[in-house]
Amino acid sequence: MTSINYDSELKRAGAHSTHGWRRLAFLAQRYVLGTFGLFIMLLFVWVAISADLICRYDPLSVDSAHRLASPDWRHWMGTDSFGRDVWSRIVHGARISLAVGIGSTFLGSSIGVMVGLASGYLSGWVDLVFQRITDILQALPLLVLALVMTAALGPSLPNVIIAIAIPLIPTVARVIRANTLALRELPFVEAAKSIGMSETRIALRHVLPNTLAPLIVLATAQLGSTILTEASLSFLGLGIPEPYPSWGRMLSESAAEYVRTAPWLVIFPGVAISLAVFGTNLFGDALRDILDPRQRG
Amino acid sequence: MGGVLARGGNGGRAMTDQTPLLEVTDLVKHYAVRGGILRRRVGTVHAVDGVSFSVGKGETLGLVGESGCGKSTVARTVMRLVEPSSGAIKLDGTDITGLSKAEMRPHRRSMQIVFQDPFASLNPRMTAGDIVGEPLSVHGLATGRAKQERVAELFAQVGLRADQMKNYPHQFSGGQRQRICIARALSLGPRLIVCDEPVSALDVSIQAQVINLLIDLQRKHGFSYLFIAHDLAVVAHISHRVAVMYLGRIVEIADKTELFANPRHPYTQALLASVPIADPKAKKLEPMIDGDVPSPINPPPGCAFHTRCRYAMDRCKVERPVLMPAGAKHEVACWLNDGTGRAG
Repeated sequence: MTSINYDSELKRAGAHSTHGWRRLAFLAQRYVLGTFGLFIMLLFVWVAISADLICRYDPLSVDSAHRLASPDWRHWMGTDSFGRDVWSRIVHGARISLAVGIGSTFLGSSIGVMVGLASGYLSGWVDLVFQRITDILQALPLLVLALVMTAALGPSLPNVIIAIAIPLIPTVARVIRANTLALRELPFVEAAKSIGMSETRIALRHVLPNTLAPLIVLATAQLGSTILTEASLSFLGLGIPEPYPSWGRMLSESAAEYVRTAPWLVIFPGVAISLAVFGTNLFGDALRDILDPRQRG
Repeated sequence: MGGVLARGGNGGRAMTDQTPLLEVTDLVKHYAVRGGILRRRVGTVHAVDGVSFSVGKGETLGLVGESGCGKSTVARTVMRLVEPSSGAIKLDGTDITGLSKAEMRPHRRSMQIVFQDPFASLNPRMTAGDIVGEPLSVHGLATGRAKQERVAELFAQVGLRADQMKNYPHQFSGGQRQRICIARALSLGPRLIVCDEPVSALDVSIQAQVINLLIDLQRKHGFSYLFIAHDLAVVAHISHRVAVMYLGRIVEIADKTELFANPRHPYTQALLASVPIADPKAKKLEPMIDGDVPSPINPPPGCAFHTRCRYAMDRCKVERPVLMPAGAKHEVACWLNDGTGRAG
């Protein structure tokens, strides 16, 4: 009878290598979908960085002779009602979408983590104050809140990022707080107290890392929804100001008028948004599995 | 309260210093039960209700009782993880009851705790080596290579291999995890280790290994244990003295051999009678108590045990018995005790 030596098989596949390319190769082969998601994300990042190199037209230049041209060899994705090249606008729009998506998710999550951690760990009046503010923020729909924020701050890229980040704070804070409350009671936190660790160090070293998995899932899910929020804001005229390209505005400004006559104006920005959201979600799921050592072999 | 007993211990351990390592006097821990919209205090949980005991140097005091009798609260209060409502905790003569967190820090090195659940007492995101080495960094005792060597040494002491240092807790079995917890407790060189049901969550075969490890370590290092358990067989094996708790109070405390040979409190007698005997032919003892422990929110007046005691008298329902001497190194809180040594 032959027996399989699982350990040596795993070793051969690179499961035990903790560093370098071998580990990366092992993870890529284990999390195919996640790798695909990462690939999509990297593609968007690359497109955003090298936008000027990969398109032939200025995304802002108006060409009235070629209005609403359907996709052909000159304009791969056609042109819009001003004769602007859709491909160039999508490529440059990637910059805006990524900046808004990553910027606001990062900003909102970091503040949310701090609020949630302080709230859950310190409890008492700190918790009370933070939770009531959170209640107020959560009572308003994300879009309405972002709308009010941009209306107050004025439309510009940094303001859009801030406006979208603020409504994210309560969601992240709630998740982190709930996790912190549960973790705080666990014996390993008590053990850390009994060795004389300071509260801050316990919160950062023992509590925070254990809230990482839900945070990453949440943040990647939010990354997609912030891109959508930016699209909605832009549609309402409070997002990225004209004439800079934003996928959301490209989609919404043409949706009603041209969906029958020039569907490429709706399809391509729509695909760009969906693909970006899809990629971040796939990658986020894989990342959660990898970051949770309990799910490792 | 006559809780502070003269040095116990069995097997003729020579003690030169008479001050007990841990001295707990009249420890009380009440929890408020809040209710209603205004979160008003509607009741009090008498988790620990006036407990006094001492643990000598190099001694093991077993603390037994049913679940919910306040054993774990005693452990957490002694460790200052929970603030006592009143009472005093003295560690090697120093009162640590009112010390602030910062003042408490140096004393943390002298006492450590091992918890019941070996799955929840290790941070799942840290390697075993980091977990055991963490106390060393917190107290600035060792860093870098020296720390690694010390951790490896601790691993060897608890019967783990040094190459297991880089593994995560989930890669260990329950018994191995408890060994990691013990190594972490040992790392600071404590003089008292509070064991809060350290083997209750383990398989019986593993329990013996861990208990024997604890005994070996005590022989080698000479520290004391406050050993909490609900299993008398386990306590009998490791303890020098045993205290029996019922509903937040100690009802009997004596040297191990004395307690097992001559239990004086009806509750202790019932507990001993309930220990299963590993002999199918042995006659089944009739259960001496039935029912559940009364709620610690409204503990019965008088002797808390009178509701379940077969010898309950009128006096037991009104007057609370205190611990009284009942023979050499033996104290019992029962009105049946007349100081001569026979009860029941």
